[in-house]
Amino acid sequence: MNDISNKRKILVCCGTGCLASNSYEVYESLKEKLEINPNIIVQIEIKATGCNGLCEKGPVVKIHPDDISYFKVSAKDVDEIIEKTITNGEIINRLLYFDTNQKKKIINHMDASFYKHQRKIALRNIGEIDPLSIEDYLERDGYKALHKVLFEMEPMEVIDEVEKSGLKGRGGAGFPTGTKWRTCSKFEDYPKYVICNGDEGDPGAFMDRSIMEGDPNTIIEGMIICGYSINSNKGYLYIRDEYELARKNMEFAIDKARKLGYLGENIIGSGFDFDLEIVRGGGAFVCGESSALMASIEGNVGEPRAKYIRSVEKGLWNMPTVLNNVETWANIPPIILNGANWFNKIGTENNSGTKVFSLVGKVKNTGLVEIPMGTKLSELVFDIGCGIIKNRPFKAVQTGGPSGGCIPKEYMDVPLDFDSLSKMGSMMGSGGVIVMDDTTCMVEIARYYMEFLSEESCGKCTTCREGIKMMLNILTNITEGRGQLEDIHILESLGKTIMSASLCALGKTAPNPVLTTIQYFRNEYMDHIVNHKCSAGVCKNLTTYFIEEETCIGCGICKKNCPVNAITGSLKEIHVIDEDICIKCGNCFTACPKDSVKIGGAAYAY
Amino acid sequence: MSLEIIKKYPNEKRFTLAILQDIQREYSYIPREYMESIAEYLNLPLSDVYSLATFYKALSLKPKGKYTIKVCDGTACHIRDSKSILNELLEVLEIEAGETTEDGLFSVEVVNCIGACALAPVILINDKYYGSMTKEKVKNVLDSYREVSTNE
Repeated sequence: MNDISNKRKILVCCGTGCLASNSYEVYESLKEKLEINPNIIVQIEIKATGCNGLCEKGPVVKIHPDDISYFKVSAKDVDEIIEKTITNGEIINRLLYFDTNQKKKIINHMDASFYKHQRKIALRNIGEIDPLSIEDYLERDGYKALHKVLFEMEPMEVIDEVEKSGLKGRGGAGFPTGTKWRTCSKFEDYPKYVICNGDEGDPGAFMDRSIMEGDPNTIIEGMIICGYSINSNKGYLYIRDEYELARKNMEFAIDKARKLGYLGENIIGSGFDFDLEIVRGGGAFVCGESSALMASIEGNVGEPRAKYIRSVEKGLWNMPTVLNNVETWANIPPIILNGANWFNKIGTENNSGTKVFSLVGKVKNTGLVEIPMGTKLSELVFDIGCGIIKNRPFKAVQTGGPSGGCIPKEYMDVPLDFDSLSKMGSMMGSGGVIVMDDTTCMVEIARYYMEFLSEESCGKCTTCREGIKMMLNILTNITEGRGQLEDIHILESLGKTIMSASLCALGKTAPNPVLTTIQYFRNEYMDHIVNHKCSAGVCKNLTTYFIEEETCIGCGICKKNCPVNAITGSLKEIHVIDEDICIKCGNCFTACPKDSVKIGGAAYAY
Repeated sequence: MSLEIIKKYPNEKRFTLAILQDIQREYSYIPREYMESIAEYLNLPLSDVYSLATFYKALSLKPKGKYTIKVCDGTACHIRDSKSILNELLEVLEIEAGETTEDGLFSVEVVNCIGACALAPVILINDKYYGSMTKEKVKNVLDSYREVSTNE
């Protein structure tokens, strides 16, 4: 029975995405049925793993060593999987992933367009291990880097290695991690603190969640290594309260690591002490900002402070503190284990390593993607994401979270790294990439971000508190048909003021989405203000729908999809929309197989 | 009851948020008398506890329904038309966002991203996620909760 050929491993993805699609039922059912099945002579190991990335096609089930991946598996498929695949080694065609780029069904995970361009460092273990099993982590070289650091390296050597790797903070600002650690190590106030920022309030980004849920031990290991190098004995993980599974898995992993001697006093007999504590976030976006986060841990309202003195000198409780984000911590163990040179060879000259992006929006393959820095945006959207849903025209991507910028399709060759994105007026941020097609209105999207940020501004700085609200009012006016020509100028000058006069990164970057959409999509603003038309059909006051006579084939699909019976016309005859009845839901527009439903401007002038 | 929750934590200021979160979880809002108990236990001015309770989105001073429906309006959901799901929910339940139905069964909240973007648009009812939501599905989902509630 110990023969390797008789071993099968079944991995059921139990990340939040797949869980939402009932993957736990699949896991339970597989487990139950395999345990009692007398026909199974092979040794089976079944695991509930973290997120595989391609959440939309979940639940994902992987079978090793055959390397078969099944997608959209439900509990009723379990019998067939056991009978055909597990017992007889047959492949079930129906459950395979259809790759729209290669136009074929894919058997092995790594052959799919979504996966084959990826290079996983931060996500290396996720989807392959049971996050609740420290043994699984150890099997994949877990805690080896810690061992190396504690027994073979001096603290300064650790910092040298991290500095040489060129790793920049993956939370968004891109500050060199090694430099941060070195500066902190020089201050001789004690105690010092190590913090993991797991607040992740960015709409559209979920990589931190996925790492905390799927590979908690890598974060723990990274934090202990930092603690050793700067001489700190205490760390905090600030985790968003909404991320319950992430918190549970982290908590479990911390307890287990402590029991096995990887945390606590005298770690694995090295004489070094370090322990971790979890703090739940309170659901405030601004608490992702380092000084606000520290204020929140201290039990204060999470407002940022002016950083005349950096937190590496006076951070948590005014003591020297290193704060890094989840993805940054996940990069530390492989850097120590494989060396700075290995890491440096990945990515581009000033931007080494990989970055995890959450690819979402109007793209066919949505999910988490880890690619080398410098990969082109077009590769991400078209090679990995397989292009736009329903093959609609691609318009733009928004990167960097709510205060990032929009990049139009003309600049699709921009390399995805910190420097190139800043040059575009956007930013890396935490790595959210939101793909937009022709049915996304850029003015409305700018309004949406201002609404988000006006709610999330802590209110400390007048420019941020009042300025963002003012921008929101102007943008709302434009999207509702009350725009004036001078609005664009006011938005630009307000934006510049907010950026220069606000204290923290929230205010300093908040106008980005407005300024970049004005820069790249000025015609859309003009269309709203002058022609009272929203060509995307999103701003309802500025939209009417009509049917183009030349192309209408009279199929009646629009009529069937209209919830208010505003469309008339007999079969095979041209159909007509009654504007007075139409509620502008856009159902006819999306349903029409011939693209005969067109978007017009406002029905009446304002 | 609340004193038990409070006394689970050492009397240090840094645990204020954690205590408030536990009370929120237990009672679905923060009653005033518990804020007073916290202030007394931690030796803080009541205003400090109040400012925390009103600053953090996870906390509420108004009671919430048995089922809290969180409609995600993060960017990914927003551009996949989360607004129409919200409107449908509000229409069926006859309340405004942030309110609770008269029978105390449902509260509707709009939240900024729950990190399940790949399944956009998403709603979350207590701890259960509903991915790839459509406004057509809304009524059925609500009915399933009403059914559970009447059978209890």
